Amino acid sequence: MNAPLSPVEKIKSESRNLRGTLVESLANPVTGAIADSDTQLIKFHGSYQQDDRDLRDERRQQKLEPAYSFMIRTRTPGGVVTSQQWLQLDAIATTYANHTLRLTTRQAFQFHGIVKRELQTTMQAINAALIDTIAACGDVNRNVMVGANPHESLAHATVQEWAARLSERLKPKTRAYFEIWLGEEKIAESDREWEPVYGATYLPRKFKVAFALPPVNDVDVFAHDLGFIAIVERRGVLGFNVTVGGGMGATHGDDKTFPRLADVLGFIAPEQLLAVAEAVVTTQRDFGDRTERKHARLKYTIADRGVDWFKREVERRLGFALQPARPFAFAHNGDRFGWSEGHDGRWHLNLRIEAGRIADRGHATHLSGLREIAKVHKGELRLTPNQNLIIANVDARDRATIDALVVAHALDGFRTATPLRLNALACVALPTCALAMAEAERYLPELVGKVERLLAAHGLSDVPIGLRVSGCPNGCSRPYLAEIALVGKAPGRYNLMLGADARGQRLNRMHRENIDEAAILAELDVLFARYADDRSDGEGFGDFLLRAGVIVPARRVAIPLETTT
Amino acid sequence: MPALPALPISLLPEEKSGEILRLLEGLEPAALWWLSGYTAALAGQAGVATRTTSAPVARETGPQERLTVVYGSQTGNAKRLAEKLARDAEAAGLGVRLLRADAYPQRELKNERLLALVISTQGDGDPPDDARGFVEFLAGTRAPQLPELKFAVLGLGDSSYPQFCAIGRKLDARLAELGATRLAVAGEADLDIETVATPWLDRTLSAAREAYKASSPRAATVTPLRAVAPTPVSEWTRERPFAAELLVNQRISARNGTRDVRHLELSIEGSGFAYEAGDALGVWPTNPPALVEAILDSLHLDGGSAVALVGETRPLRSWLLERRELTKLARPFVAAHAAQARAADLNRLLAPDRASDLAALLQGHQVIDLLQAYPADWSAEDLVAALRPLTPRLYSIASSRKAVGDEVHLTVANLVYDAFGRSHSGAASAYLASREDGARVPVFLEANERFRLPKDTTRDIIMIGPGTGVAPFRGFVQERHAVGARGRQWLFFGNPYFERDFFYQLEWQAALKDGSLHRLDLAFSRDQENKIYVQQRLRERGRELYDWLENGAQLYVCGDATRMAKDVHATLIDLVAEHGGKDREQAAEYIDALQQQGRYARDIY
Ligand code: SRM
Ligand SMILES: Cc1cc2nc3c(=O)[nH]c(=O)nc-3n(C[C@H](O)[C@H](O)[C@H](O)COP(=O)(O)OP(=O)(O)OC[C@H]3O[C@@H](n4cnc5c(N)ncnc54)[C@H](O)[C@@H]3O)c2cc1C
Ligand SMILES: Cc1cc2nc3c(=O)[nH]c(=O)nc-3n(C[C@H](O)[C@H](O)[C@H](O)COP(=O)(O)O)c2cc1C
Ligand code: SF4
Repeated sequence: MNAPLSPVEKIKSESRNLRGTLVESLANPVTGAIADSDTQLIKFHGSYQQDDRDLRDERRQQKLEPAYSFMIRTRTPGGVVTSQQWLQLDAIATTYANHTLRLTTRQAFQFHGIVKRELQTTMQAINAALIDTIAACGDVNRNVMVGANPHESLAHATVQEWAARLSERLKPKTRAYFEIWLGEEKIAESDREWEPVYGATYLPRKFKVAFALPPVNDVDVFAHDLGFIAIVERRGVLGFNVTVGGGMGATHGDDKTFPRLADVLGFIAPEQLLAVAEAVVTTQRDFGDRTERKHARLKYTIADRGVDWFKREVERRLGFALQPARPFAFAHNGDRFGWSEGHDGRWHLNLRIEAGRIADRGHATHLSGLREIAKVHKGELRLTPNQNLIIANVDARDRATIDALVVAHALDGFRTATPLRLNALACVALPTCALAMAEAERYLPELVGKVERLLAAHGLSDVPIGLRVSGCPNGCSRPYLAEIALVGKAPGRYNLMLGADARGQRLNRMHRENIDEAAILAELDVLFARYADDRSDGEGFGDFLLRAGVIVPARRVAIPLETTT
Repeated sequence: MPALPALPISLLPEEKSGEILRLLEGLEPAALWWLSGYTAALAGQAGVATRTTSAPVARETGPQERLTVVYGSQTGNAKRLAEKLARDAEAAGLGVRLLRADAYPQRELKNERLLALVISTQGDGDPPDDARGFVEFLAGTRAPQLPELKFAVLGLGDSSYPQFCAIGRKLDARLAELGATRLAVAGEADLDIETVATPWLDRTLSAAREAYKASSPRAATVTPLRAVAPTPVSEWTRERPFAAELLVNQRISARNGTRDVRHLELSIEGSGFAYEAGDALGVWPTNPPALVEAILDSLHLDGGSAVALVGETRPLRSWLLERRELTKLARPFVAAHAAQARAADLNRLLAPDRASDLAALLQGHQVIDLLQAYPADWSAEDLVAALRPLTPRLYSIASSRKAVGDEVHLTVANLVYDAFGRSHSGAASAYLASREDGARVPVFLEANERFRLPKDTTRDIIMIGPGTGVAPFRGFVQERHAVGARGRQWLFFGNPYFERDFFYQLEWQAALKDGSLHRLDLAFSRDQENKIYVQQRLRERGRELYDWLENGAQLYVCGDATRMAKDVHATLIDLVAEHGGKDREQAAEYIDALQQQGRYARDIY
């Protein structure tokens, strides 16, 4: 018996290539919201309808509708923008959004709090900065990630270029975006655009691609639907190992959903990349589950049908076989803060941006500071997959100027922060995220402080331990790859998950379900004590928990093809 | 005026019932009551009414033999007094007819012998809406000479306005100019209306009786009429307010809203208030206690000391809290205080050529500001005597009984502003905003017959109500939904910000969904660079609006009187001119005609 298609499939198919009734919705002055069906479609245009959840109850009592606003996310492959673009994005944040820029775990910018009547103007301003938002969300290929590794700057440039080309290739072809937001003339019905890769109903679900540059796995390459691990020799990119079927999101209490690490499929030459990506995407397009959105990601297609089947299908579509995967090794998935020199003698400054939120708060005038830096900086700016920022390609002569601004605007926190704080991630969660069950971004600084105190008590302040918080099991901060993760379950309550490695190659496991802060800290206190006493030299916290038997490893422990250096 | 319903199963010959309907068209409730009494009396005599029958109560009174009482009233005060005068005059055996100014047949003026005029001043020295035509006619060149007329004018006003009782004064002077003689000196009633009105009523009545006797020797034989006004159903009145329990006090502007606006729900269970959508609720406030203490402090007076005045003794504090105006300043107190403080500059403000300076003073200052700016010694007794009596405030009822049962809902803007280094608040709005659930609020019902839904429910209605002006329209929409009205509802609403000040947003959205509201046009002035007000939306919708009007739609405006109502009025004329192919004068006449037919009603403050 065939299950019915999910309602979103109907909306997509009736949307006339993502147009829906967006124009009418935007013009309706009685509400700050758009029609329900349009809330699905607007994602494909790079925006989500949200409301300020802090105010929801209060406004209902005030007989006012929720404080609706829109989040806009950019399509910025590899998170690279010029100084000029930065200034334009900054102006948008302070003119139309809530005076913050939010760097995401996928190297994009998010604007929050844009009201409906300014949505078109904001979109136009973003496009005027030569940045678009097409497919930043929705059932299509999302922003393509690129390891930000500044040391391998030559390889980075090559990979970055491939990422941009891939992003372009997998971009929806509909003109809807240009009509609705940029006022382009409607094209005649007869020459309606055709989506060569996607077809009329696009993909069953979101689709994510990441490029990793070993030995750094900052992108958590095994967390994505499709991954490319660059194989670099003497600074040249030989090709890529292809990974498929990774993903984080799960649903509490639904064991048909789970985070999954990607499988390594094989090796390809750079010029095969676009074709391979298309074959993977179209296979998922044709075989992905369109009846149940919680089961529609590529990871479930592969888990259900087997990776061998999947490989055969992809190769059939390609007309050639993939080569055996090449050896690679990841050392860690964090950022390296501070200055580092690239192959060409130019410099890169990796700054810490807590939970990716750039704002002016008290003396921490980060937004203003980065604006000042962008005014003098001649290179580019790069967002890292860990929500941080790199001032890239700085001339040695200009370092002092930038350093001075960094200090003046309190952007130099990375110099003194503990490794715990530097590496911690948190998703957005409340008040904007509609799906949040508990706090994340707003809670992170306080939580880190408390965990820092525990670590200090056990003499562990200098040990790098990965901590990630997500407000719900969707896992936007990729929490299942953290040594310590809090996954939100209810206000003030989290699942405490432990035991991942620090290289993005082993998932953590549930340790305690649905506990409050006091219980979390109590658990950690005990485990930190054992770790302080019994760890072997250089042994990570996650690895220790495994060895100590606190955490029983999942069936698939590590990436089979990994060869450690 | 909506068409009259056909007579019920009629005992009348067909041509008579048509005639009767024609005669009844446009009559005031008071007149209709009177008529019912008349016909009932006829029936009691078992006689047949013919033109020659001399019915005791309804002698064909000629103009020489009757007192005509005309009123112009916006919020019902003048009407109430006019009704009282008519009742008392009848009780005293005079022939009386009571007319709202816009129902007064102007060509009869020249034959009029005894005329009493009760009229308030609105806007910036303007007539009330129902008296616009009457005042224009009297002031204009078409007004006849009136050598035989004896008249008395009672003006109602508020001495905190610069044009205090301007319309009353103007009519009094004009009638004299047309050759008429005064029955009694004109009254100029301030907000403590009765202080002036009661003696005026007495004076006028006795003078009218004298004049009446002189012209009508048979007067003594006339049997008093039945009460001209329907006896109020409720025992609770302005003077004897009902203690309504506050059920809900909910802020309805967002936390960052431009103003703190409250939605209040009061229980009127047991009050007998049979209100109609469009009526207002009167509220007797208590002054802000902190303000009273500040005044006591600044004058070094003891709030506990007993003060006796006109037969009432209570502690000074209680006088100030419950009996005297402190938040609104009026000319008489300024004059008294100038004398008390020997403040020459303050005194000079009272000169005729300083009217606008005085206006500014009255608008922006409270009693405390004056006390602080011009220190003076006041005794408790003198102070209480110099201050104006506290007056109730009116609030449009924002509900329909058919929807909410024994409740009255209000939409109240909490008036708070900073001036002279102090936070100032309004008396009644602050009082209401600070009441908690369960509190008892002294209220009374203030009927507003001029602001009613059309009896004919198939008629369309257009409601223009920015700000708290939207209040009665919530009641209208509830009412029309409850009775299943087939006419359409169109609302124009405006305020500074969409996100913060969209009063009753969820309800309007629901009303649009369930069809009880057909159109909603919004003007949020500060959401874009150029301010947009409801007038602009009216203009944009001019064509359709005109079509609705041509189609018989009834038009309502409620809210701010100082600017909004004027601008809307002008815009209406513009759009009738543009879309009706008329010149401005014709368009103005079109709008005036709507007003006269009761199809354009305003409730503005
Ligand atoms: C901003 C960001 C988190 C951050 O703190 O940086 C984010 C924020 C949101 N994510 Fe995410 N996700 C973000 C990276 C991720 C990641 C990490 C990654 O991609 O590397 C994941 C896990 C990987 C994966 O997809 O499995 C992730 C898995 C989800 C899911 C679960 C998807 C699933 O198939 O299981 C949802 C919910 C959904 O899609 O139904 C979701 C949904 C959301 C939404 C849009 C909530 C919604 O659907 O209404 C969140 C908006 C919150 C807000 O107010 O801004 N987000 N989200 C990241 C934006 C990335 C970008 O620029 O595109
Ligand atoms: C028929 C009718 C219906 C009404 N309906 C409503 C309604 O539905 N909702 C509603 O909220 N109101 C309504 N009003 C107005 C209401 O009656 C009161 O006038 C209002 O609430 C203010 O009363 P208050 O006692 O709080 O202020 P008051 O104590 O009367 O003080 C008002 C005085 O404060 C001064 N003032 C006001 N603002 C400023 C300022 N910014 N700067 C300096 N001085 C200032 C002015 O001198 C003003 O006269 C209605 C009025 C009428 C006549
Ligand atoms: C919007 C508005 C404007 C007013 N303007 C004046 C004015 O200019 N001069 C004046 O003496 N009274 C003015 N008043 C006060 C009224 O005349 C006073 O409240 C009177 O009692 C109302 O009587 P009514 O209910 O019969 O209309 C104004 C009242 C309102 C609500
Ligand atoms: S993990 Fe959940 S709460 Fe956090 S941003 Fe993603 S969807 Fe929202």
